Amino acid sequence: MPQEAQNAAPLLEVRNITKMYGDLAANSDVSLSIDEGEIHALLGENGAGKSTLVKVIYGSLQPTSGEVWWQGKKITIANPAAARELGVGMVFQHFSLFDALTVAENIALALPGKLDLAGLSEKISRVSKDYGLPLEPTAHVADLSVGERQRIEIVRCLLQEPKLLIMDEPTAVLTPQEADQLFLTLDRLAEEGCAVLYISHRLDEIKRLCHHATILRHGKVVADVDPQEETANSLASLMVGADIHTISAKSGRETGAVILGINNLNAPADGPFGVALKNIQLDVRAGEIVAVAGVAGNGQGEFFDALSGEVAANTSQAVKFLDTEVGHLGIIKRRKLGAAFVPEERLGHGAVPEFSLSDNVILTRHATGDDIVASGVVKNVIADDIQTRISDDFDVRKALPDPEARSLSGGNLQKFVVGRELDRDPKLLVINQPTWGVDAGAAALIRQAIIDLAARGSAVLIISQDLDEIFEVADRIAVVSRGQLSDARPATELSLEEIGMMMAGSHEKNSDHDSDRGEVASA
Amino acid sequence: MKLILEKRPQRSAKMALLSPLLAIALTVFFGGVIFALLGLNPLRALYVYFLEPLTSWWSIQELVIKAAPLVLIGVGLAVCFEAKVWNIGAEGQLTMGALAGSMIPVFFTGWQSPLTLVAMLVLGIIGGALFGAIPAFLKTRFNANEILTSLMLVYVAGYLADWLVRGPWRDPDGFNFPKSVNFEGWQVLPTIFGDRIHIGAILAVAAALVLAFVMAKTLKGFEIRIMGNAPRAGMFSGFSPKKTVWFAMLLSGGLAGLAGICEIAGPAGHLQPLISPGYGFTAIIVAFLGRLNPIGVIFAGVMLAISYLGGESAQIDLGVSARISQVFQGMLLFFILACDTLILYRIKLLSGGSRKVTGA
Repeated sequence: MPQEAQNAAPLLEVRNITKMYGDLAANSDVSLSIDEGEIHALLGENGAGKSTLVKVIYGSLQPTSGEVWWQGKKITIANPAAARELGVGMVFQHFSLFDALTVAENIALALPGKLDLAGLSEKISRVSKDYGLPLEPTAHVADLSVGERQRIEIVRCLLQEPKLLIMDEPTAVLTPQEADQLFLTLDRLAEEGCAVLYISHRLDEIKRLCHHATILRHGKVVADVDPQEETANSLASLMVGADIHTISAKSGRETGAVILGINNLNAPADGPFGVALKNIQLDVRAGEIVAVAGVAGNGQGEFFDALSGEVAANTSQAVKFLDTEVGHLGIIKRRKLGAAFVPEERLGHGAVPEFSLSDNVILTRHATGDDIVASGVVKNVIADDIQTRISDDFDVRKALPDPEARSLSGGNLQKFVVGRELDRDPKLLVINQPTWGVDAGAAALIRQAIIDLAARGSAVLIISQDLDEIFEVADRIAVVSRGQLSDARPATELSLEEIGMMMAGSHEKNSDHDSDRGEVASA
Repeated sequence: MKLILEKRPQRSAKMALLSPLLAIALTVFFGGVIFALLGLNPLRALYVYFLEPLTSWWSIQELVIKAAPLVLIGVGLAVCFEAKVWNIGAEGQLTMGALAGSMIPVFFTGWQSPLTLVAMLVLGIIGGALFGAIPAFLKTRFNANEILTSLMLVYVAGYLADWLVRGPWRDPDGFNFPKSVNFEGWQVLPTIFGDRIHIGAILAVAAALVLAFVMAKTLKGFEIRIMGNAPRAGMFSGFSPKKTVWFAMLLSGGLAGLAGICEIAGPAGHLQPLISPGYGFTAIIVAFLGRLNPIGVIFAGVMLAISYLGGESAQIDLGVSARISQVFQGMLLFFILACDTLILYRIKLLSGGSRKVTGA
């Protein structure tokens, strides 16, 4: 692009940014420009490259190639401090504050220069009042809701009088009322000339708020649109993409009795950034694979924990396995009934990194009838036999006969962790992100093994963000959004557009939705 | 320029075994430096401190007597620390064990039967375990940090003991000395191998062997290792973090209590204001020097017992304060932790344009 006149130059322009991680292009030839006073949406699924781009703009990553221009000048943003000096502020999705300190003290910690708590408190009061972000400087953070804590972060940015404010999924932790309040604040900021880069996958918010939307998919810009002129449908299909319609024809398996019955399952949010589950209903029958799609952080972790029994369900009948109510049973009892679980995180949840593979066999199978444990004494020989069998059956490649789990590659460890459960021939398998971060070969092997398990008459529930994967294996698909689960519908009937809309929350019941979140801001 | 610690990709198993020896070598070397700075001949001073205690039968007996409580407490703490439960208050649990066990001779002075001793030992275990239960309750119920609560309770136990021996439990025929009645007959531990080593030493070795088996071969040991290593995986395995805290605190408290009553019913023979010369704290070093392995703890206990005896002989022969043993113990712990850190991490020197930490 030739030199433009100084006054017409956009506030920020990134040109042809590429960021490589090994062979993987997290961002590939991404360009974007933001004017003063513009609210610009960055839209995309998990892993589309939104975070990478933002980190480049905020200086915490350096691009492999490409240029960053600021007010018509080409610059290099060496680190976040440099970005803040330019006038870039960022509100992180998962911010960290000191619970025991007050609002003012927390903000003072993040500001450069000498400490003047009284003066700062006054400034905080003024800024927070001006922008409709009620905040009491002397309040202790421990007593505040997540929404109020986010205000601290926003006020901290505003005190530095930013020209560009980056907001990463700000409404993910907010109640709808808090979100509305935030939109007013952002509108007000934009009127004053501050630009906002707004990262989200929520289409309604983007239509409500943003002047421009750049849509990323697989690290590339697929569209640069005016959200006002798009429908939620068209945005959804741009975000999800139409290139993955390879719906594999299912063999039309016979489905049998209901194996897993979920009935009005509710669960509280797991920590301040978690999402509460609301009235989840779902049946999974023998011989079928049901997939739960959804963008990460919409309650999938809480859902998995409630099914596995790591967290007890709200009522005993909320989770039924075969004909047994298991809602209040622990994970060992559920395993003994024939259920098997594979969590999302391999290292530290599904397996202990520092333990040998045979010890990791004991982890889920010490009580499941493999005779590994007799009167409290562990028989390592049996665990080692099972470990060897799993490694052979699932092609787990390792350098030593019984290595530490952490020495395996992601794909091999995932094959082991999945194989450890499938080796039991469970009647029910609940698996969270079965192929997250594993190579294509391992992913194909795992998916095939899951399909084979269902073909043998077991019920399978997959929680996944990967729509390719879901269409490849699932018979029925439900979508989770903000802790609410849609009805499960046959995969053959669903279009990508519909799934995209559901991922953006179209099935949410908004009427009773607000009160459940509990943390309504108190001004 | 700045230093950072970078995690090593692979732990060296050889270095993990060598690290306690390396730590001892460094402690001896810098101990020599300190002696030299005090104007003493470092070689002679080190001989007096570390080797002289091993040259006479009397001092070897003394060594075993001092090593026994260190091992007994140390194995409990090793299991506790393996579960990443940080019981720092073994000294207080030791005191409470000593007090609980002493109730028999104090209140049933005339009771003489083998059961007397059994009852005293059992009460000692219960006393220590109950005192360990307080931090366990506070942690599991209120998420209170057990490092602080267990440590603070040490002083509660100490003052309680002090008050009892000066007040209600004072020997009426004791010329107003702050001590309880003298324990006699079945109220004291039988001795073995000569006239001073008592069966506390056997209890200590037995406890180490049992816990070595538990940790290596049983599901309980697996539970403790997994909860200490990856609690999320432990919960996935079906274990309860709270139960692990309770188990670790009750076990280490109980063993500390047993060490306490063995100390009073053994070498002391009566309750007195000062029950131990800090065995409960020194046992923390013992547990780490033994690499949290119950068998390793036996050797570490002997090593630390030498540091107590060495302090005494250094005071007699060299005229330095017996506090020197605390200096040695502190140095030893420092070097163990430093060696362990350097097994897991390597030091890297960053020069020039250091990256700033992201303010989040």
